[in-house]
Amino acid sequence: MVRTMPKGKKTALKAMRKPAAFGPDLNLAGFRRKARPWPACPISALPKEVTQKALEAGVKADEKGRAGMYFQVDYSVVLQTIRKTFEGKVDVMSTPEALEKYGWVKDYWWKIVDVSTDKYTALAELKWDKGVFIRVRKGQKVTLPLQACFFISKDGLNQNVHNLIVAEPHSEVQLITGCTTHRGVQSGLHVGVSEFYVGEGAKLTFTMVHNWAPNFDARPRAAALLEKDATFVSNYVCLRPVKSLQMYPVAYCRGANSRVSFNTILYGAKNSYLDVGSKVVLQGKGSRGEVIARAIASDNAQINARGLLVGEHEDSRAHLECRGLLLSDEAAIHAIPELLGKVEGTELSHEAAVGKIAEEQIQYLMARGFSESEAESLIIRGFMDVGIFGLPDALRDEIKRMIETTVVRAL
Amino acid sequence: MAILTIKDLTVKIAGKRVLNGVNLEVPEGETHVLLGPNGSGKTSLIMSILGFPSCRIISGKIKFNGTDITTMPIDKRTKLGIGVAFQNPPPIRGVKMGDVLRHLAKGEVDEIKLAGTTNIPVDFFNRDLNLGFSGGELKRSEVLQVLAQRPSFAIFDEPDSGVDVENLEVIGKAINEFLKGRSGLLITHLGHILRYVKADVAHVMFYGTVACSGEPTRILNQIMKQGYKWCERCPKVRRLR
Repeated sequence: MVRTMPKGKKTALKAMRKPAAFGPDLNLAGFRRKARPWPACPISALPKEVTQKALEAGVKADEKGRAGMYFQVDYSVVLQTIRKTFEGKVDVMSTPEALEKYGWVKDYWWKIVDVSTDKYTALAELKWDKGVFIRVRKGQKVTLPLQACFFISKDGLNQNVHNLIVAEPHSEVQLITGCTTHRGVQSGLHVGVSEFYVGEGAKLTFTMVHNWAPNFDARPRAAALLEKDATFVSNYVCLRPVKSLQMYPVAYCRGANSRVSFNTILYGAKNSYLDVGSKVVLQGKGSRGEVIARAIASDNAQINARGLLVGEHEDSRAHLECRGLLLSDEAAIHAIPELLGKVEGTELSHEAAVGKIAEEQIQYLMARGFSESEAESLIIRGFMDVGIFGLPDALRDEIKRMIETTVVRAL
Repeated sequence: MAILTIKDLTVKIAGKRVLNGVNLEVPEGETHVLLGPNGSGKTSLIMSILGFPSCRIISGKIKFNGTDITTMPIDKRTKLGIGVAFQNPPPIRGVKMGDVLRHLAKGEVDEIKLAGTTNIPVDFFNRDLNLGFSGGELKRSEVLQVLAQRPSFAIFDEPDSGVDVENLEVIGKAINEFLKGRSGLLITHLGHILRYVKADVAHVMFYGTVACSGEPTRILNQIMKQGYKWCERCPKVRRLR
């Protein structure tokens, strides 16, 4: 069971000097805490350089094809809309607004992410810069994706958001979140606390794309709680260089027959340091988990690809699959899969493989008439094959396009 | 005219001499068979003809259709019209069989129809190349790729090893049909494929070179009866030792 987390400023203050369990320790004083406010405006009124970067992170600038949208620049909410057809079925607003509007929201606040986890969660409590609240009401199937964008417009800025996503029983929704920076931004720190509650029989598909800058740091802190028959699909894509990124989201499959799958695609280039993992805690009878990760490291990139499966129910099963591809002798990938079985009957398994492109494969394809570089792209494209993730078609094509423009073109 | 001419080819792989002055000529329109015990250099010869970088050419020449290809990259040789069905193709995750077939067919032949002749179900097109294929499926898939590529000179490296009777018939007939009016080189260990494929000349390899050449059925019958021990007693082979 998930225990009640300590909360409040006091706890946070105590944790302010607590380094994270993983990833380089950052000096929080090195980031700026001042940004000019951005006025609310329709997305069409946003500067082109903002919407273009958002688009590269999967956030569409026109509202066509989206059920609703939340757009935050620095500390300002510039936009929160919901399409007419979905009014009364879905809530999209900033988290401070939601806490004020609905008394029950506090019962979900800091409940599955511990505020005293480390200095970053503490920072999100003490220097809290809004975030998105999404609630899909009972039984509502939101047929179009919702999207949220977190944008940093100023160099050196620290942005700490706290998001809350509630999919009520038997609802269904797809959420796409893009986090990115203005092209003038080199450094900065983004902390994103996200709590996901997937109610009985509900299905939540969450896709997050990170497009940071080469000197930028990011510390997402996320957790999900799944009730009976709930499904949570979490897709994470990071294809652009970042100074350091460390996250280890967890899903608690508390309800019977709850299902979670984590899909991760990482491309570490230049001097990127990525420490990314997924945890699955199987608590309910018949709960299932799947973790799939693909990591490519080029140049001097270092990638730690973690995974932890915890079996706490005798009828539970999870599998972890991690594959890493090295494109440079200076790059490194460390796959760290862990299995923790606590009861008899739980079935946990993993497979991990790290290596460079096999010469044998390139030569084989060359004998089929592909040039050496065509063969390499084909193998890399195949390595990043998102077909295995079972994504909705539009989203799959979108991610394919991102891989095509960033990874394949970079070769 | 010869489509393939190999002159005095000596090759090292990982510092070890694997080919030792090979001479071989395949005239246009003929199919030749390469026989020989394990480790005699058959596959090394194929890899050298294809230009695998691990095969370091010490001396000699390989000519294809009159062009010297001795130092040409693999894909260039393929474009000139050399195709190969590998003995042990590597699995390539995420690369779909259909994509490779379409690349080879270039819209000029119907790869779906070809799949039928090699008994490959169309749902294989969406499968990762060679991943989890059974022994028979691997061989049929290799032959199918050669059929889609339509090279003027096709090499089949042990298409019959580890294959059951039904698969052997499918593969044999497909190869035989394909080689009509083309040239080819066939490697076989036990000669089963020759039940279906008509070959013009057989060469026996020993100690990294071609020890003798002759009429395929005659040579094969002797080898089948007495094994390669029969060859070892041959003065030509003894001289090579």
